[in-house]
Formats: sequence, structure tokens, C-alpha cells
Amino acid sequence: MSWTFVLVLAAASYAFKVLGLVIVGDRRLPPMLDRCLALIPAALIAALVITNTFADGKHLQIDARAAGVGAAVVAAWRRAPIIVVIVTGAVVTAVLRRFA
Amino acid sequence: MIKVLRDERMRQVFSACITLGLAVGVFAVSFGVAAVGAGATVAQTCVMSLLVFTGASQFSAVSVIGAGGSPASAFGGAAILAARNGVYGLAMAPHLKGRVATRLVAAQLTIDESTAMAAAQEDDSHRSAAFWVTGLAVYLFWNTGTLIGALLGKAVDPKVYGLDAAFPAAYVAMVWPLLRQRRPATAAVIGAVVCLALIPFVPVGVPILCATVGILVGVPTPAADTVVSETS
Repeated sequence: MSWTFVLVLAAASYAFKVLGLVIVGDRRLPPMLDRCLALIPAALIAALVITNTFADGKHLQIDARAAGVGAAVVAAWRRAPIIVVIVTGAVVTAVLRRFA
Repeated sequence: MIKVLRDERMRQVFSACITLGLAVGVFAVSFGVAAVGAGATVAQTCVMSLLVFTGASQFSAVSVIGAGGSPASAFGGAAILAARNGVYGLAMAPHLKGRVATRLVAAQLTIDESTAMAAAQEDDSHRSAAFWVTGLAVYLFWNTGTLIGALLGKAVDPKVYGLDAAFPAAYVAMVWPLLRQRRPATAAVIGAVVCLALIPFVPVGVPILCATVGILVGVPTPAADTVVSETS
């Protein structure tokens, strides 16, 4: 791996972050766009949950993670604190892997 | 700071940060191991975590290079994964006002975890506090873990402890409060379905970006944006 690769990747990653937060984010936007941007976390975080639960590269699969995340959903629905939701997800997944 | 610690909501954020930070730390150790295994030096591995600081991109870059892929293809995949931080920046901008210098620092911390934790808060002051606490905690744990992994060069398998499931579980906890309103709930369902449908067909990282289409729910004027249930 070359230093050029490391530094170019670092520059590109930071450029995306600055572009969103500082350059574009600074402008006054029309209300419709504001309403849409406010929905970004919901849409993207839901996609992250799906990816981290069911994807292994480009393959979809149901494994111990699905059970763990399912248990986490129940915990969140029961209004458990965030820390309990995280630990529930990890423990259920680990226990299933150990004994299944 | 003391005021922040006395706040029940922020105490929850702090305790969640520590759990999340530990999971991030263990993943960082495995990143350090993988990067050194793919031919990076300890210094290159640590600089990558310090400067790139977006875990999914780093893992993707290292795994492509480790598998013998070209730097160009490794860069392409990593850049696609990093692009979502730009989208997060757009969403976070209204809540992170202040001097340009401060926002240039905030930009480096604009990642999945900090955005999700901030979005889960109910008002602006909590949002910005949650963003900074989460961003800085993840930065600390990610970089410490990377250094340990790069020096160790021996694998700690995060899967044994179910830590790979800790991430989606944390995101579930963070996205849950958003689902009480109809529009964010609809956006989340659309994002999830689009992502699930695309995973087998497009390069890794693209389905998450495509999930952005869910935000089009915000186009109509907000008269219809009613609270589904106060008690759910």
C-alpha cells in the first residue's frame, strides 16, 4: 500500500464531509429541501441496519445477526435504554453463534 | 459540561457511547490487523484511521488491496462508501452552527454513529452535544484500536462476541425515536426496502446511498405530517 493511496483516500473522504456539512450545508435552502434533508438520517440509518443485518458483501443471508437485531428491535420497542438495546443485540448474536 | 452530565438524556448518550465505543474499538483492532496483513505499515494504518476516519471505507479499501485488487478499484469502492458522509453533513448542517473552523473539525466527525445519535435527540442543544460526544468518543476508540491492532498483528474475532451485531442494534436504538412520526417512518421503510432490494445487484456501498430516495417523502407540504401515536 502506498502513501499516495492513503493520502488520496483521506482527501476524498474529508472532501465529502466538508462538501456536505460546510460548503452546501451553509446555504439557506428552500423549505421543501429542508424537509427532505431532515429525513436523511431515518432513510440512511434504516439502510445501515439492513446492510449490517442481512448483507455479507453482495450476498443476502439470515444468520445469528438477524436474531440479535430482532431482539434489539424488541428492546427498543419496549423503550429500553440505548445501552441495553446494543448489549441485547450483541449477546443474543454471540450466544446463538456459540450454541447453534 | 457539568450541566450536560446532570442531564438524563445526555447520560443515556454517554453510556451508549461507551458501549458503542468499545464495539468500535474492537472493530478498529481487527481493521489494524487486516491493514497490516494487506501490506500497509503501522504508520500508514494509523494515518488512515486518523485522516480517513470512516470505518466502512477503510475496511473496503484494505480488503480489496489485500485480495490483490488495484489501488484504483480499492479507491472507487472506498469513495462510494465515504460519499454518504456528505449526505449526513447536509442533514447535520442546520444543527451544527458556529465558526467555520469549528465546523471544519465537525466535518471530520460526521459519520454514521455521530449522525445517528444526534438525529435521535429531541432538540437542537441535545443534538449538537450528542454529535460531539459520539464523534469524539468514536474517534478516540477507533484510533486507539487501530494502533493496537496494527502493533498486535493478531486477530481478535469480533464475531465471537456478537460485536458485528452491536452496530445494527445501536442503529435500531437510534432510529427508533424517529419512527414515531409518519414521514420519517415512511422514509425509513422506503430506505430499508430500496437498500435490501439492491444489495445483490450493485457494488457494496451503493445500496445505502440509493436509500436516500426515501427522503422524497418530504416533498409534499407538511399538513399531512401528523404524529402517529404519542405513546408508542
